[in-house]
Amino acid sequence: MQEPRTLEKKRRLLPKNTAIYLMLAPYFILFTLFTVLPVLASIVLSFTDFNMLEWPHFVGWTNYIRLLVNDDLFIVALKNTLLFAVITGPISYLMCLLFAWVINEFKGKLRAFLTLIFYAPSICGNAYMIWQIILTGDRYGYLNGLLLKWDIINEAIIWMKTEKYVLPLLIVVQLWLSLGTGFLSFIAGLQTVDKSLYEAGALDGIKNRWQELWFITLPAMKPQLMFGAVMQITQSFAIADISIQLAGNPSVNYAGSTVVTHLLDYGTVRFEMGYASAIATILFLLMVGTNKLVQRLLRRVGE
Amino acid sequence: MKKLRHLFRHRKNRKLNRSPAGNALLFFLMGIFGVLMAVPLVMIVNNALKPLDELFQYPPKLFVRNPTLNNFVDLFVAMNSSWVPFSRYVLNTVIITAGGTVGHVILASMAAYPLSKHEFKGKNLLFSMVVLSMMFSWTVTQIPNYMIISWLHINNTYWALILPACSFGMGLYLMKQFMDQLPNALMESARLDGAGEFRVFFRIVMPNVKPAWLTLAIFQFQQMWGNTGYMFLRDEELKPLQYSLQQIAAGGTARAGASAAVTFIIAAIPIIFFLICQSNVLETMTTSGMKE
Repeated sequence: MQEPRTLEKKRRLLPKNTAIYLMLAPYFILFTLFTVLPVLASIVLSFTDFNMLEWPHFVGWTNYIRLLVNDDLFIVALKNTLLFAVITGPISYLMCLLFAWVINEFKGKLRAFLTLIFYAPSICGNAYMIWQIILTGDRYGYLNGLLLKWDIINEAIIWMKTEKYVLPLLIVVQLWLSLGTGFLSFIAGLQTVDKSLYEAGALDGIKNRWQELWFITLPAMKPQLMFGAVMQITQSFAIADISIQLAGNPSVNYAGSTVVTHLLDYGTVRFEMGYASAIATILFLLMVGTNKLVQRLLRRVGE
Repeated sequence: MKKLRHLFRHRKNRKLNRSPAGNALLFFLMGIFGVLMAVPLVMIVNNALKPLDELFQYPPKLFVRNPTLNNFVDLFVAMNSSWVPFSRYVLNTVIITAGGTVGHVILASMAAYPLSKHEFKGKNLLFSMVVLSMMFSWTVTQIPNYMIISWLHINNTYWALILPACSFGMGLYLMKQFMDQLPNALMESARLDGAGEFRVFFRIVMPNVKPAWLTLAIFQFQQMWGNTGYMFLRDEELKPLQYSLQQIAAGGTARAGASAAVTFIIAAIPIIFFLICQSNVLETMTTSGMKE
């Protein structure tokens, strides 16, 4: 008696399961081909000596030992990257959240317009190039001109060629570029918060907008907060373009060198792909660790 | 100020927990930062309208004094002298951008649905692989990636750009996060009515996460639009608009005017797409009351 019924049950379940696998298959076949395999290949390459012309040969941990023990420039790059990520990561993240939340208070056309304005640096290609004009090293540069006029400095400063200014200025430029992926996903996330929660909250004694944010809005958009955090981590640690464009690669006394500029140096200039892959793997582990930590913190939101 | 207050009053719930002082502070903040953020937009528009003498002025001025459309005429001339007819580049871009954007949004959402709403073996493994994949540096995976594309014999075709784009990790992650918020009862009632999983997905799930896939479309469009296809497309007839525009802009001093027009167009297209999608994200706010 029991058997036919379980069979029946199985048969009813089966079509549903096939549907699930049909839905997963196209994406994950492509994902395996174009992401999983290349990443695994790179990790394997990190244990080889590979100059992109000859077949790679296995060298064990040599690349990693060289990287962590003998490569002083990597340590400088690592230090810069960590400093950069620790400062820009949290501030950018909070900026995304704050601006998305404030924009959400507006309505209709004005809202779409404000979203565009704040997203503009991310949509206009390499918009950060305007910082080149601002930071020009002669007295015609906007920043120099302003400081000279106000008598704060006596002679023009060559900003991007002065070691002590490079990293702080790159941090400023990066903060200006903050409102990207995370920002737009927060904007979309705020749309999905159930409006009746706010009314219920008011009855429960929520007095001002800050309480409302912490106890209602943020817990309701936790999935987006987690997504935003991952995007922020990948951005803050992978910083390279703005450094190369504004400070050059190599930058003055490596003041603007980061893990990824170091990686690009080996991968695209010296063609030491095995070594570059080792750098990528270390960076990957660094991001994975940070992500674990941040996700744990985010679980406490609204408590 | 009266108008502004009117904007707030429009939505009933916004009267809750909002003090005038708080509003004023936030307006002030938005004003200051808004001006800072708008600079690149203002500069791109002004540069496109500057006559040559103003473009070469040093130090550069932000605002144009004698606006002209000459730069666009220059660009038009340069376009007409291109090696293959310019419309060909436009067509290539339409195919690559539409394919990569629509393909990614559909495939990633479709895979995100079972990951979010069904239980099966290996689910967590698949999901963490996607999230972790975003943390691996793209520079070093380029070479294995190139080898796989050659091995599939799709080198020098549109597929070399479209297929990898369909499998980016970000889209699946974003869609899954939004689907996690949907109450299960929403899908359960459709299933009781006899709807299959595909029907549930297209009719119930997707309409309810509209802000998510519109936002994803913005990201993906930007990615695809910016792609020059330099690694994979060899034939001139296959290259996208971005490539040919950048070639024109790279013409140096002689092409300075056309180059300013190029910068404008390269930014304008994604902005138009952004505005279309974004205004639809906002529309959903007034129409959807489906959440529990």
